[in-house]
Amino acid sequence: MTPTPASPPPTEDTTNLPAEGGFIGSGQEGGLGDQVRAYFQRVRHGDMGALPAIGGLVVLVILFSVLSQTMLGQQFFLTERNFANLLTQAASLVMLAMALVFVILLGEIDLSAGVTAGVALSAFVVLTKPDGVNMNWVLALLIAILVGVAIGTFNGFFVSRVGIPSFVVTLGLFIGLQGVTLIVLGDGGVFRIQIPEFLAIQNANLPIWAGWTMLGVILLVSFGMSMWDRRLRTRAGVPNRTIALVWAKLAVIALAGGFVVAVLSSNRSSSVKVIEGVPIVVPIVLVILWIGTFVLDRTKFGRYIYAIGGNAEAARRSGVKVITIRWIAFIVCSVLAVVAGVFSASKVGSINAGFGTDTVLSGVAAAVVGGVSLFGGRGRLMHAAIGALVIAVIANGLGLLNLPAGVNYIVTGGVLVLAATVDAVSRVRAGGSLIRT
Amino acid sequence: MADTPLIELTDVVKSFGPVNVLKGVNLKAFAGKVTALVGDNGAGKSTLIKGLAGVQPYDGGTVRFEGEEVHLHSPRDASSLGIEVVYQDLALCDNLDIVQNMFLGREETVGGVFDEGQMEREASETLRSLSVRTVKSVRQKVSSLSGGQRQTVAIARSVLKKAKLVILDEPTAALGVAQTEQVLNLVRRLADQGVAVIIISHNLQDVFKVADYISVLYLGTMVASIPKDQTTSDDVVGYITGSKTYDGVNV
Repeated sequence: MTPTPASPPPTEDTTNLPAEGGFIGSGQEGGLGDQVRAYFQRVRHGDMGALPAIGGLVVLVILFSVLSQTMLGQQFFLTERNFANLLTQAASLVMLAMALVFVILLGEIDLSAGVTAGVALSAFVVLTKPDGVNMNWVLALLIAILVGVAIGTFNGFFVSRVGIPSFVVTLGLFIGLQGVTLIVLGDGGVFRIQIPEFLAIQNANLPIWAGWTMLGVILLVSFGMSMWDRRLRTRAGVPNRTIALVWAKLAVIALAGGFVVAVLSSNRSSSVKVIEGVPIVVPIVLVILWIGTFVLDRTKFGRYIYAIGGNAEAARRSGVKVITIRWIAFIVCSVLAVVAGVFSASKVGSINAGFGTDTVLSGVAAAVVGGVSLFGGRGRLMHAAIGALVIAVIANGLGLLNLPAGVNYIVTGGVLVLAATVDAVSRVRAGGSLIRT
Repeated sequence: MADTPLIELTDVVKSFGPVNVLKGVNLKAFAGKVTALVGDNGAGKSTLIKGLAGVQPYDGGTVRFEGEEVHLHSPRDASSLGIEVVYQDLALCDNLDIVQNMFLGREETVGGVFDEGQMEREASETLRSLSVRTVKSVRQKVSSLSGGQRQTVAIARSVLKKAKLVILDEPTAALGVAQTEQVLNLVRRLADQGVAVIIISHNLQDVFKVADYISVLYLGTMVASIPKDQTTSDDVVGYITGSKTYDGVNV
């Protein structure tokens, strides 16, 4: 933007002047057309958000369905069963990527997120062993979460208070916690989890009516929040976006969500036993996503995470308690990482001593693919979730094509570099630097 | 000088170990007036400012604010009096928009949740009251702003909560000609609103354009405090370098 040259004061250029009694623009003025135009302008200027990841997701889905049809002569990818499978396979990675967003936004990293889940779940397994402590599973789950809190507190202390780079602290924990898991679980082997409620998270489905109720609640909450925002803006006397956008958003949620729930509500079993309904893990992920997004967008804690990621010194001078915010962010990350571990353990129904050692970098990759900046200050939970879906689709699709596992790694790596390139190039076009947001 | 000064420093001293940085400095700033603080590198300008901001409290001397003696021991003390500092390296977050930056650390909330409408309105009103015309939208990211616009946002941020004294540290140092002009106009408008402004600058041309009073620090001593129209640029350079001595009456 070019500054207006200083013209003689009495006859100043009034074209940029806000209307009499009005305000400087806020980007919310104008009708639907203006808003759509403004959106495309933002995209052209490099503010793409999750667009590349969504585009990638669509391309991958088309690609795999075509490949499945041509290579295998039968549609294995685009089926009701595989869709439900995909969601449960992705749930853990989605959760882990969302956990990491809290520290990545600060410009930090938590390499120990995966093994944190390992320690917490091994504690859970030991505590619930029927021939051992045989503790109530809810209580044991609570203790597993507390293990996450403790590890997050440890990380947060050394990063924010002592001032050690998070890469080093969490690398130390990544190595050390693997040892803790080994010791807690004792000699090798697979430890089965036989708690039906725990296994149900990933292996059972909501009744059909509950799936539709879930969609109704989402629509209602979305509508309520939009109206609440509009009410506050009206009260303050600032312009509101045209209400058509609210309807458009609700229509998109209703159509897309309706399609998903409808697909999941049909019987996807290949045998006599009926399998239908939305997997239980889906509403759990959505609730955590909603709460996390609410906190990041609408509360001081969230805003300060972005501020610290953007310019920690500026945040400090503005009175932000930088140490506390960093510390809490690490705790949130560890706790959500434990939840990711719960999803993963529930899916397979067992854990072993190596649980969680190979997941964390996939989580980071998912966040980056979704458009979260490793330099901090940029990205949303939704972006990380979409990035995780991309990576899960690659694994799922290639697996169905019976390609060797090596191909999966190569393709995932390629997508990661591609996503980072798209991000960097879009920022150069926006006039930013390659190095920092 | 007719009015009582908004802030008056008397015999302020500060030393770091054996180094006496401020050796009994007097300084006054008046509401509605711009006081320029000039001096060579190492004269003690930054130390003087940091004391006013409460970041590095003075070792001795008295500070009177609106006639009352006050103690500035922490940034909180300073901001509760209405003293705001705009530092040279602008304390803005590139990834946040203008409203978010202006309200950083003091967001308006309803039940713990942001009231974005209220913040947007106050930000717009503050920018408008400073006759800012170059900002198209208050929801622009700061990363998309020019240097002059950033300075504008930083200054607007300082007056958002009705500051009485605004201290600007080298506000035009990194700016081009047109943008410097904008910022100087902004400084003038700030003073016209009744705010006392202290501006640190190395650029005497800017100083003479915007200031009402000029105070010269030389090796930790205030060697001259003169109304602008009673001195010349050459004289001020002389006071700064120590090659001339001011023997008139200080403000």
